[in-house]
Amino acid sequence: MFRTKFRDFDWLLLGLVLLMSIVSVVEIYSATLHTKFHGFHSRQVLFLLAGLLVMFAVSMADYHKLIEWVPWAYGVSIMSLLAVLVAGQKVLGARRWIRLPSGIHFQPSEWVKLVLIVAMARFLWGLVGRELDGREIGKGFALVGLPMLLVLKQPDLGTSLTYVPILLIGLLLGGITWKRAAFILLTFVVLLGGIWKSGKVLKPYQKARLTSFRHPEDDPKGSGYQVRQSLIAVGSGGVFGKGATKGTQTQGDFLPIPYTDFIFAALCEEHGFIGAALVLFVYFLILLRLVQNAQAAADPPGTFLIMGVTAVILFQIAVNIGMVVGLMPVTGIPLPLLSYGGSSVIFTFFALGIVMNVRMGRFVN
Amino acid sequence: MLPQEHTPETVTESSAGRQERVSPVKLAAVQYVIVGVLLILAAGLWRLQVLNGDDYRLLAEANRVHKVPILAPRGKLLDREGRLLVDNYSSVACYLLREQIRNPDAEMRMIADGLHLSLDQVQETVEHFRYSPKYQPIPLKADITPDEQAFIEAHRNELPELELLEEQRRLYPRDGFAAHVIGYVGEISEQDLALPKYAFYEPGDVVGKSGVEQAYDSLLRGVDGSRDLIVNSHGREIGRLGEELAQPGKDLRLTIDLDVQMAAEKALEGKNGAIVAMDPHTGEILAMVSRPIFDPNQFAVRLTQAYWKGIITDPEHPLLNKAIQAQLAPGSTFKIIMSVAGLEQGIAQTEHVNCSGGIDLYGHFYHCDAHHGGVDIDHAIPWSCDVFYYVLAQRLGIDTIARYASSFGLGQKTGVDLPEEASGTMPSSSWKMKTFHQQWYAGETISVGIGQGAIAATPLQMARALGGIASGGALKRPHVVFEDEVPQDQREAYRESFPGSGDRNVPIAPGVWQTVTEGMAAVTTTGTAAGVHLEGIDFAGKTGTAQVMSHDALARSGRGKKTEPNSWFVGIAPRRNPDIVVAVLWENGNWGKNAATLAAQVIETFVEKQRKHSGNLLVAKAPPSAPAGLGTGASFEPSVPPEPVRDDEVNKAAPKPTARVVQPLAVPPMRDGSAAKVPGPAGL
Repeated sequence: MFRTKFRDFDWLLLGLVLLMSIVSVVEIYSATLHTKFHGFHSRQVLFLLAGLLVMFAVSMADYHKLIEWVPWAYGVSIMSLLAVLVAGQKVLGARRWIRLPSGIHFQPSEWVKLVLIVAMARFLWGLVGRELDGREIGKGFALVGLPMLLVLKQPDLGTSLTYVPILLIGLLLGGITWKRAAFILLTFVVLLGGIWKSGKVLKPYQKARLTSFRHPEDDPKGSGYQVRQSLIAVGSGGVFGKGATKGTQTQGDFLPIPYTDFIFAALCEEHGFIGAALVLFVYFLILLRLVQNAQAAADPPGTFLIMGVTAVILFQIAVNIGMVVGLMPVTGIPLPLLSYGGSSVIFTFFALGIVMNVRMGRFVN
Repeated sequence: MLPQEHTPETVTESSAGRQERVSPVKLAAVQYVIVGVLLILAAGLWRLQVLNGDDYRLLAEANRVHKVPILAPRGKLLDREGRLLVDNYSSVACYLLREQIRNPDAEMRMIADGLHLSLDQVQETVEHFRYSPKYQPIPLKADITPDEQAFIEAHRNELPELELLEEQRRLYPRDGFAAHVIGYVGEISEQDLALPKYAFYEPGDVVGKSGVEQAYDSLLRGVDGSRDLIVNSHGREIGRLGEELAQPGKDLRLTIDLDVQMAAEKALEGKNGAIVAMDPHTGEILAMVSRPIFDPNQFAVRLTQAYWKGIITDPEHPLLNKAIQAQLAPGSTFKIIMSVAGLEQGIAQTEHVNCSGGIDLYGHFYHCDAHHGGVDIDHAIPWSCDVFYYVLAQRLGIDTIARYASSFGLGQKTGVDLPEEASGTMPSSSWKMKTFHQQWYAGETISVGIGQGAIAATPLQMARALGGIASGGALKRPHVVFEDEVPQDQREAYRESFPGSGDRNVPIAPGVWQTVTEGMAAVTTTGTAAGVHLEGIDFAGKTGTAQVMSHDALARSGRGKKTEPNSWFVGIAPRRNPDIVVAVLWENGNWGKNAATLAAQVIETFVEKQRKHSGNLLVAKAPPSAPAGLGTGASFEPSVPPEPVRDDEVNKAAPKPTARVVQPLAVPPMRDGSAAKVPGPAGL
C-alpha cells in the first residue's frame, strides 16, 4: 500500500521544488552575508526540512478528510484573526502576529489561505456541473470576504489580496456566465474607485505605496525608495549579473529586506537576466505541473484544491516579481519557494502536500 | 515541456455519479494565464536588465560610491625672507550627513548636547545649507575637542549622520600681528556665492575674507582632491576605490619684512591709526599696520557672536585696514605735493611771504601755527609755514593743484594688491561740480593748500606720492606679494583685478627734486620734527597736523581726546631715491612730530638691518644726484659711482649737482601754461 502510494508521488514536482529551495538558500546566504541577519540561510534549511516533513505528512492523509473538517478550521481561522486584532504583536504599526508561549511567532493570515482553498473546494463540490447562480456567488464572496476584511483591518493589504485569487479561481471553475463576471468586475472597479477617492478605507501610506511604483523618483527617500532601489538592483544586474555575493545593491544594504520580499531583486542583481529567466522558467514548469495534476485529479474537489494552490502561488509570483520589476505596487507579499520565512515555507509545502495528496489519490476508488 | 500525462478518464467518470469533471477548457485557459503572466514578468526583466542595464549600473555606482573631499591645505604665508607668517594646523571637524538622519528632533538635540552647541545653532546650520544637495556633508562644528570626538565615536550607531573629517586650519600670528595685511579666512557667505568670481565655489568652502587671504585666495586655496569610498546605504565605508590627491595651495612670499613690521607694530601699540612702510624703488610694502587690531584666529575657527558683535560695533573699526582704507585730510604732508607743483610752475621759487601767525584772504583769517617771519620755499617745507602755502595755493589755483596731486596718485586707488582699497578724494572745480553741482569757491583752495578741506588721502597714497617725489617722480604700484609668486599667465589678470594708478613716471625737474628733498631733510634737523633727528641716518620727511575740526568748531565745543588733530608723518631714508618710505597716521596724535617719532623707529630698524646685511656700518651711498624718476631709458647715463661717504658725514654732505647735464625732461603737462586757463582767485 505505502509503496503503491509513493509510486504516484510527484517526484518531478518535488525535484523542481527542491531546486528552487537550493536557489533560495544560496540567495538568502548571499543577501544576508554582511548583515546582522547572517545565518538566516541555515534557518531556512531547517524551515525547508520542516516543510518537507509537513508535505509528506499532509500527502499521506486523505484530502477528503481535510474537506470534511474544514468548517472547524474556518471557524478557528476567523477566531484567530480576531485574536490577532485584539492581542497581536504590534510590529511596524500592524498587528499580524500572535506570539505563542514557545516563543514562535505565528501569523494566522498565512494559514487562512490554506483554509480558504480547502473551504472553497468544499463549497464548490456540490455545485459542479452547472453555472453558479447569484446566491451562490454571494456565498463565495462572503466565504472569502470575511477573513479578507479581518486581515485588511490588521492592516495587511498584501496578504488579504492573496485571498482574491482563491475566489477568482473558484468562480471560474465553479462556473460563472460572462455577463455575471463582467457585471461583478464593473461593480468592483466602481467600488474600488470610490474607496480610493474617499480615502477612508486605505491608509495614506498604503495609498502612497500603491502609487509610488509608477514614479519612484518623485520620492526617493519615502515610499518610492524601495521601488527605486529594487529597480536599480534588477537593472544593474544586466544580462549576466554581478556574481553571487557581489551585488552592490544587495550587499550595500540599499535593497530593502533582500532575503524576503525583495529576494528576487537580489537574485536579478547577482545572476542577471539569465539567472532570473531560468528561475522564471522553473516557476513555469512547477505551475504547469500543478495544472496537470489538477487535470489528473480523481474528483472535482481534488481539482479545486490544486487549482486553488496554483492560483495563490501564481498570484504571489506575479505580485512579488511584478513589484520587483516595477510593474506592481509594493505590497509585502513573499515570493513562494524563494523568500525567507517559516510561515511562508510551511504554507507552501503544506499546499504542495495537498497537491501530492490529490495526485496520489487519483487512482483511488 | 512536461511529459503529457494521460488522465484516466474512466476512473473519474465512474466515481460518484453526481460528480462531473471540471471543464478542461478552463484548466487550459489557466495554463495560458500562467504563460501570459510569466511572459509579462520576463518582459519586465528584459526591459530593466537588457535594455536599460547600463543606466541602472550607473545609478548603482552612484549609490555605492561616495566621494569624500580631501581638502587641499592652504598655502602658507611667508615674509620677504621666507620666515613663516601664517601656518596651518590639523584639526578635526564634524560634518553632518543629512541623508542619515532618521529622527530629526531627538537626534538634533543629542548632537547639540554632544558637541556643546545650542539646538538653535545646529538648526541654523542645517537651515543655512537647505538648498545644497542632500548627499553633501555640511560642516557642523570645526576644531572639535577630543571629548567631542569621543562622543561621536561612541555614538556611531545612534548617530550615523555625524562624520569626522580631518582638515587643515589657519594659524595666524598672535595678537593680530599684521592681521590687516594677512586678512583672515571664513566660510563663504551666501551673498559671495552669487558673485561671478565665486562661481566655482560651493557652500561651506573656506575662502579668504580680507587681506592677502582674500586677494590671493585662488592661489592659496589649491585644488581639493577626493577619495572614492564604497559605502553601504548607511554611508558606512565598506571599501575603497581610489583617490585623487589634493593639490596644496601655493605658499606665498610677501614683501613684508618681519623686522620692519615688528617695529611698526611696536611703534603703533596702544594708538589708533596706521603705518605703512614701502620700498619706493619697487613698490614693495615692507610693513603695514592698522590699529586697533582684531584677532584673525577668532575668525579661523568659529566666530563667536560676542566677538563679532564687538568688532562690528567698535567705533574705531578694527576690521578697517586704515593704511589703505582711512580717507583723511593728509594735513601738511600734502605741502610736499604743493611744493612740487609750485616749483614746477615756477611760482614757488620766487614766493616770499611774511608770516605773522596767519593771513587774511577773501575776508577770512587763515591761521598758521607760529610767527615764522620771512619765509621762502627752502624754509617753508621744514617750518611747515601755512601762510606760504595759503598764498601758493591761491596763486596756483585748485585745478593746477589737483592736476599735480592726481598725477601723484591722490584721489585714485594706488592699485595695491589688497581688497577694498579706498581712493580718497582730490577736490577740483570739476569734481565739485560733479559731486555737489556747485561752483568752486576760491576760498576753498586756501585750505586745500595745507592738506585740509575736502582733500582726503590714505596713508598708502601719501607714502607712494612722497616716496615717488623723493625718487624723482618714479611712482610704483604698491604690492604686498612679489609679482613672481604669481604664475606668469595669471599676472595680468591679478594686476587688472586691482585697478589703480599703478607704475607711473611723473617728470620732476632735477632742481625741483633737489629743493624739495633738501627741504624734507631739513624737517628732521631744523624743522618741525627736529626732535626726532636720527644721528647717522639720512632721514627726511614731512610732518602733518591735520585738524579734525575747524578752529571755530573747536572754540565752540572745547577740547577733548577726539578733537585732537591727526598726527601725520611721511618719512624717507635716504633723502633722495630713498630705500624706504614710511607713512604714519596717528589718529588724534596731535602734532606731526609725534607721528615722526613713530616713523623714526621704523626707519631706524630698517636702516640698521640694511647695514647689518651689507656687513659694515658705513652708509654705502651718498644721496644720489639723479632722480630715479628719469626712468631706465638710454637718456640716463649712470654717473660715476660716488665715493662711499662716512656715516656721520652723510647729513653734512651737501648734495652736489653733477656737472653732467641731465637730458631735458619732457615738458610736464602742467607746465604748458594752462595756469592761465585755471580760474584763479582773481576770477572769482
